[in-house]
Parts: sequence; structure tokens; C-alpha cells
Amino acid sequence: MAYKREIDRLPIPPADAKVTSAVCHYCIVGCGYKVYSWDINRQGGTDPATNAFGADLAVQQRVETPNWFAPAMYNVVKQDGRDVHLVLKPDHDCVVNAGLGSIRGARQGELSYSEVTGTQAQRLKDPLVWRYSGLHPTSWDDALDLVAEVTRRVVEDQGEDGLLVSAFDHGGAGGGYENTWATGKLYFESMKVRNIRIHNRPAYNSEVHGSRDMGVGELNNCYEDAQLADTIVCIGANPLEAQTNYFLNHWIPNLRGSTLEKKQAELPDEPHDRARIIFVDPRWTVSINASVIEAGRDRVLHLPIKSGTDLALFNALTTVIADQGWVDHAFIAAHTAGYDEMLQANRTTPEQAATITGLSPEQIRTAAAWIAEPKAGGKRRRTMIVYEKGLIWGNDNYRTNQALVNIALATGNIGRAGGGCVRMGGHQEGYVRPSDAHIGRPAPYVDQLIIQGKGGVHHIWACDHFKTTLNATEFRNAYKRRTDLVKYAVESVPYADRARLIDAIMGAIRQGGLFSVNVDIVPTKIGAHSHVVLPAATSGEMNLTSMNGERRMRLTERYMDPPGRALPDCLIVARLAQKLEESWRRAGKPEIADRFKGYDWQTEEDAFMDGFHRHANGGEHVTYERLRAAGTNGFQEPAVGVEDGRIVGTKRLYSDGRFGTADGRARFAASPWRGLEAAGKEQERDRFPYLINNGRANHVWQSIYLDQASDFVMDRWPYPFLEINPADMAELGVKAGDIVEIFNDNGATQAMVYPTPTARRKETFMLFAYPTGVQGNVVSAGVNELIIPNYKQTWGNIRKLADAPEATRHLTFKSKDYRVA
Amino acid sequence: MERECKNLAEVGRRQFLKGSVAVAGAATATVSTQTAAAPRAPGVEYPVVRLANLADLVVDQPLRIRYPDRRSPGALIKLGVPAEGGVGPDGDVVAFSTMCPHQGIPLNYVAADKTLNCFSHYSRFDCEKAGFQIWGHATQNLTQFRLRVDDAGEIFAEGMDDLIFGRLSNVLDV
Ligand code: SF4
Repeated sequence: MAYKREIDRLPIPPADAKVTSAVCHYCIVGCGYKVYSWDINRQGGTDPATNAFGADLAVQQRVETPNWFAPAMYNVVKQDGRDVHLVLKPDHDCVVNAGLGSIRGARQGELSYSEVTGTQAQRLKDPLVWRYSGLHPTSWDDALDLVAEVTRRVVEDQGEDGLLVSAFDHGGAGGGYENTWATGKLYFESMKVRNIRIHNRPAYNSEVHGSRDMGVGELNNCYEDAQLADTIVCIGANPLEAQTNYFLNHWIPNLRGSTLEKKQAELPDEPHDRARIIFVDPRWTVSINASVIEAGRDRVLHLPIKSGTDLALFNALTTVIADQGWVDHAFIAAHTAGYDEMLQANRTTPEQAATITGLSPEQIRTAAAWIAEPKAGGKRRRTMIVYEKGLIWGNDNYRTNQALVNIALATGNIGRAGGGCVRMGGHQEGYVRPSDAHIGRPAPYVDQLIIQGKGGVHHIWACDHFKTTLNATEFRNAYKRRTDLVKYAVESVPYADRARLIDAIMGAIRQGGLFSVNVDIVPTKIGAHSHVVLPAATSGEMNLTSMNGERRMRLTERYMDPPGRALPDCLIVARLAQKLEESWRRAGKPEIADRFKGYDWQTEEDAFMDGFHRHANGGEHVTYERLRAAGTNGFQEPAVGVEDGRIVGTKRLYSDGRFGTADGRARFAASPWRGLEAAGKEQERDRFPYLINNGRANHVWQSIYLDQASDFVMDRWPYPFLEINPADMAELGVKAGDIVEIFNDNGATQAMVYPTPTARRKETFMLFAYPTGVQGNVVSAGVNELIIPNYKQTWGNIRKLADAPEATRHLTFKSKDYRVA
Repeated sequence: MERECKNLAEVGRRQFLKGSVAVAGAATATVSTQTAAAPRAPGVEYPVVRLANLADLVVDQPLRIRYPDRRSPGALIKLGVPAEGGVGPDGDVVAFSTMCPHQGIPLNYVAADKTLNCFSHYSRFDCEKAGFQIWGHATQNLTQFRLRVDDAGEIFAEGMDDLIFGRLSNVLDV
């Protein structure tokens, strides 16, 4: 039976409940939330004077009411040591989400740590160290002393290249400006660590180098542009599932035609209509379905390309647009360089592109017209172009990214209302770090270093590569082997004999062992192999700042205590730095010890002031106090000043036509098609019958780190789904809910069959990063020239493992697409 | 009820009325004087409400019902196939709240696949699987009403399995 909470009433927040601002700590959209908290022994009443909503709660509330919260938005948590009721409810006054909550974010209340309701009992509460064949609690002092001592000894032996680091680089939970600054200061200022990688990719690099190298930052527009655009082009993204409330609150109104008045008011000198939309995606998605429902079939163009052929399509679009004379010559002349060379290098006819992409030349010409054909009266069409992991984790990332930005520049659509060429984003952002220039390009492929036995100590900050890396089988096996060597060594001596313990660990490291330190909020798959596990606080348990996909920066004010002895990552960094300083001093290296000064932060606000305030572009205008006053609407980065105590931000980047290059001119890029570029991909496609496309589902956030303890989510997806065409199912002899094995030369994994009539034959789609079936097992080690992984172009075989197990028998397997009766 | 009316007009504008649960049968819910079957502590006490008679039901034609009071719309549906929580001789009679637990938008019944659908945000719930959210934004599966059928074929609602939208107590404190 479908999971039900059997809840039939909830406590009423009293009129004097404490109300603070928060931002959803999950996806890039960064929806605003209001946090209500009040003493455990109190309740409000139904009378408007006695409850926090000022509403008559004795009656049924209207649709979309702000005066209600779902059971998943409620919990009992600790605030300064006392139990309080907590409600985390979407904010109706936030311009981002206007009261909408998604199936992920609107469960933040329930996914909070509670000793009373028992939610998130999985949270890490104490520092743990490996001793006597298990991870057992110890003090912060003991744990950090061990980490510092081993780290220092490894660096003495191998130099700083012996220290491998995996770290978040984003905003929201497991990130934020406070924590990216702290980790960045430790590894890039106190040390110059090169062998560092990011949570979702095996090196320290931008996912959008291509765009940045052209002088175009990847988050250059604002969410309002989706309401103003004439045409939206969506590439390799599924916004209804992965950026839910951006799509619902900003795209859908334009597709429905309900932003016409706004368009007329803001852009009065041109004709307006509701938006058209183009999707470039090998598969049909709920986003495409919803667009067809709202805009009608004649205003939605789905281009179901062959997987990995986006680049050829983009070059053909640029060619058609140029040949039709639809380019923005004035913009190109004033603000760009390299147009003619680009066009010459990239020239691709629709017929050539049709052969590569599997589309028809007519589809390509139609798309070009929707993007660039002038409106009535010769007015330029406003086209917003967005992309995400279909492109970012797809074939030939760098060139494909550039080929797309070429289109946006050629049509003058960057820095302009209703335009932009932006990534949609996964996490929120929150990056402020000292320069990483010492890492160089391409950055070291850290996974390969680990596999090859390099390095001696690994610091992991909120990453679980066992679920979220490519070539995961080989990586996992190497990791286990190397960390086991250290475990045997630890067990060969009494734990409390620190000198012998360190010697034993160092001996194991010299034999190829790896000492693993894992900082996280919950136990992870990789952390199970660590020797030290450190408990971190998450958003809401500390003050945390981030920005969303339109660079909207907000402060989530601390609303509850972290579990046990967990600390904000930035303060863990501070303590670790102090321990490293002591260790180097004890070792008689005061000049190195001195590099670890400057971490005397007492609070996360101290880290913020040291980092963002002093180092971010416009950071000098930003303080916690001003952010608190700005609430869930915050301001859009970069800050350019302060007026009447309010931070003044920047709505769109490049609206003055000055781009991020030395001369201010954006650069067109030559980016000709070169097939499947990553090593081994062409052969894999030729050898295996099934495309194992992969990505997200709206139910779950990131690597399921909190959702793995959610009955609601695990009931829906006990195993990762594999969307597959029913005719393929018949051929394989499998039914809905059956467990299948997916295998190729890289490894094998498992998934649950989800019949999907809209899936093309031999093109499956698997839920990514799931603990009960890791898609990364079957992804090859092939990367692009800048070490960007290529998860999407994966091919494999499929065979039946088992009939539908009990956990899948009560599930629904109906189409995910909304239907009109 | 102004908002609900406005909303139904919106449904009409988008030509969804045809498929909405407003296929009004003669089902005027009447509040029974019987007390709830099993008092639940510390929750609320549900009224027992007669919804309809089995003879009133036609497969895939939902009756609009109100439970536990007239401000809380639901659908009583004979699915024609046995279903989770189904009652009646064929185990195929089910009832659900039709206020979407996401934002309270009225759900439309789609007979073709026996689902309840939100026209505003596209959430979908499976009537054969206890209101399982197939896809959508709600943080809970759809609230199902617990039903009982007596010897005369009278169908009663006696409780429900989750909080319904727009109230912090399923039984309002009036
Ligand atoms: S759309 Fe994203 S930011 Fe908004 S509530 Fe959902 S997960 Fe959170």
C-alpha cells in the first residue's frame, strides 16, 4: 500500500511564533521559505488573533492558501537546547517561488534531525575514528589531531600532491559561501593543493569552461526573462523535475500567455505573443508534456536528437540563422570578436546535421526560425537559451557549450530582456575561494590518481563518489583496497598509542594505502571506508548564504541546533587548520606552521566576513545584517552599492555590452563537430544495444543523502527506475517492477523496470546516483580534454535478474505524464 | 467557497471541465448521527457519513462527495477492477480527497488510466493504488477515505489515512 503518514491534525503556530527566512537548501532555484518555531508546550488557536497566520483556521482554507502546511513541513527540533515545534513553509512573498514548494524542498521540515520524531536518526553526531574493526566516537580534539598529524606526515613524505581532496564547490546544503571560503582558504591559501576534485566530477574544473572562455559567465540572466522571452530553447534539461518552481512560476505563465501584460508594459515597442519553446532532448520528458498541454502542439518543438549530437545541431542552427540574415549585426560589431572565423569553421548545412542528429532538415530550419526570425515590424526575437546536464555531462562538453553560446551571441541575446544563455544549474551556488590558478588546465584527474595508488591522505567534504562518480566500479574497488591497508595497520597497534599508530598508518601508506577523512552530515557509502568521520552541520543548523540560478543571494538564518557535536564545515576547517599549525610547529617547521594562521573564526559569520565580504565581487556591500533585512528576496549578485541600508544588485549581466574578457568583447568560438569525442565512446555505442541515458527525478534530491531515510521517497523508488519502451521489455522478457542488470565493459548495476511508451526503442533512462543501483558503475572513464565526465553517452546490455520483489509490488507504474481526460 | 468557484471557472477556461470530478451524481452527502467506528488517539474523531448506494455507481463515473464535511470535496469511484482499499462486492469502490495535497487544486478524474490529475501543476495520483502519487509535487500520496458498505449497499465514509489540504485538522473545530 502506498505510504501514508496517518496524520489527521497538526499543531497550530501561535500568534507569537518566531518567524525567520530560509532558502530551500536543495536545488539551484532557491525557493524562499518561512520558518515558524515555537515552544513545545504551546499551541495557537483557530481564532485569527491566536495563530501566526492571522487566519480563521476553523474553516477550510482556499486553494493555494498561505495558511496551511503539510505534514512533511513540520517537525520538532532543538533550538538552543530546548524542544520547539518547527514549520518550514514555502514563502508566498518570495519572487522566486511565490508560495510554491516542490516535492523535494517542501519536505525539509520532515528531513530535519529530530530526537522527538526520530527523523534523520542517521545523522552523524560525534567525530568517529576507525578502531577495533569499527567506527567509534571520539573527541573533536582527538580526531582532528589524528587527521592533522597524518596529513602533515604525508605532505612531508610526498609534498602537497600527497594530499587528495574531494570538496563541494556550491551553495545550499553542503556548501555556501562560508564553507567554500573556509575549505578554499585551507587548500588554496595555506596550502597549494592541486589534486582536488569536486563532488560530481573527477577534477577541479568548471563544467562550463566553454562559455567562460568566451567571456560569457553561465548565469547571466534573471528568472523574469523566462516570462519575457518570445522563444525559450531548452537543451538537455528537464526543468519541471529538476528546477521545478522556476519552470512552474516563470516558464509556464509565459507558455500560457499570462505574462502578455507584463511583456507589453516592460517592452512596449514591439509585438508580443505567448512563448514558443524548443526542447533538445533524446527523450520525451514531463517538461515537454506540460509545455504541450499549456502552449499547444504548434508552439512546442521537440528535437529528439541522437544522443550526443547537440554540437552538430547547434552549428547548423548558426549556419541557417547567418544565411537567412537573422543575426544581430550591430551587436556583433559592437560587442564581439571572431564571428566570421567561427562561421567559416562551423558551417554545417541542415542536411549534414540531419544525418548526424537524426532530425529532419525541416525541423532544424523551423528551430532556426523560432530562435531568430524577426517578429512583425522587423523587431528582433527575444530568445532565452538554457542548458544543463544533457549538455554539461554530454559529448564534447567544451565545444558543444561554445557552439550554443555562438547562437546566443550571433542573435544578440545576452544581456537583453527575455534573453540569456544560461545553465539551469543543479545546486545553488556559493563559491568564493582564493585563486585556483596553481591547479592548471587540464586539472589532474583525481579518480585516476586514486586508482593508480597515488597520494597518501584523502580529505572528503560532503561527497559520496561511490554513488556519484564515473567508472565507479573500478574507483570503488581501488578505494576499498587502499583504505583497507590502513585499517589493517590501525588494528595492529593499540589505538591510544598515538606514536605507534601514526607510524603504522604511515607504513601502510608507503605500501599503497590511503588514509581517508570524511566530513559529512550522514554516513555515506565512501565514508564507510574512512578512518576518520567528522560530523557537519547543514543549512538551518548554521547561518548559510548562497545564490540561486539568477544570482539571487540570500541568508538562511539558523533555526535549529545541529545534531550532537556536529559543527559547520567552516568551523571544522578552522579547527583543522589550527591542528595543522600545531603539528607543523611540533615538527620544527614554524615557517610552514605560520601559513595556517588566520582561522580564529568563532562563528560562521566570521568566516563569511573573512571570505565573501572581503573577497567576492561587490562583497564589501554585503553583511549578515543587510541580508537579514533583505529576507527571501535578497538581491542579485554582484552587489554594486547600498541605498537606505538595502543592497543594490544586478538584474542581468552584460546589459552594458561589456563581457568578461580583457577588451570587453565576447569571443565567438570555432567548434566543429568531431563525433563522440571521449575515448572509447564510439566503440561502446557500436558494441552495446541499449543507450543508458540517465538523470534526475523530481522526488529525490542529489545523492539521496537525506531521502535515503525518507519512507515517502524510498517507498516510491526502492530501486532506481529504468524507463524502457514496452516493446524492448517484451524482447527482454521483463515486466514492470522487475529488477534488471545493466552491464557493459565498465561494470554492472541494477535497476527497476518502468514501462515507458514514450521512450524510443533501445533508448533507456536510468535514475542517477541512487544507492540501490549506481548508474556510474557502467559509465566509462572517458572524459573530455578538460576532464569533464561524459555520463550521458553510455551504452550497455540489459538482462533480467529477478521478478518484481515485494518492495516494488505495491508501486504504480503508470505514465508520469499528466493527462487531460 | 468563492475561491473554489473561481477555480472551477479557470478549469472551464482551459477546457478541462469535461474531465473534472464534477460529474455530479445525486450524491448529497448526509452526516450520520453514528459515531466513528474506532476512536483514534490522539487524533481526531471522524464522523460516519453516508456517501451513496452501490446502485448509484457506474464504472469510471465519479460521484462528487463531501467528507468529512461539506467543505471537503472528494470523489467516490467505482473503478471496475479491484483496488487498494476498495470496498463492495468487487472490491473496486474507492474514495479520495480531490483537493490536491500540493496546493489544493481540484483534481480531475481520467478514466482512461484511472488517475486523478492536477491541471495546474500536473501531479497525478493512481486510484488503483491507494492514491499513490505517480508523479507530482505533493509531499504525500493522496488521502484515501476509509469506506464501509452495509447489507443494503449503502456506502459510508468512516475516516481517512492522511491530512487533507487546507486544514490543520481533518475534522474542523466548529
Ligand atoms: S524547486 Fe528546488 S529550491 Fe524550490 S523547493 Fe524545490 S528543491 Fe527547493
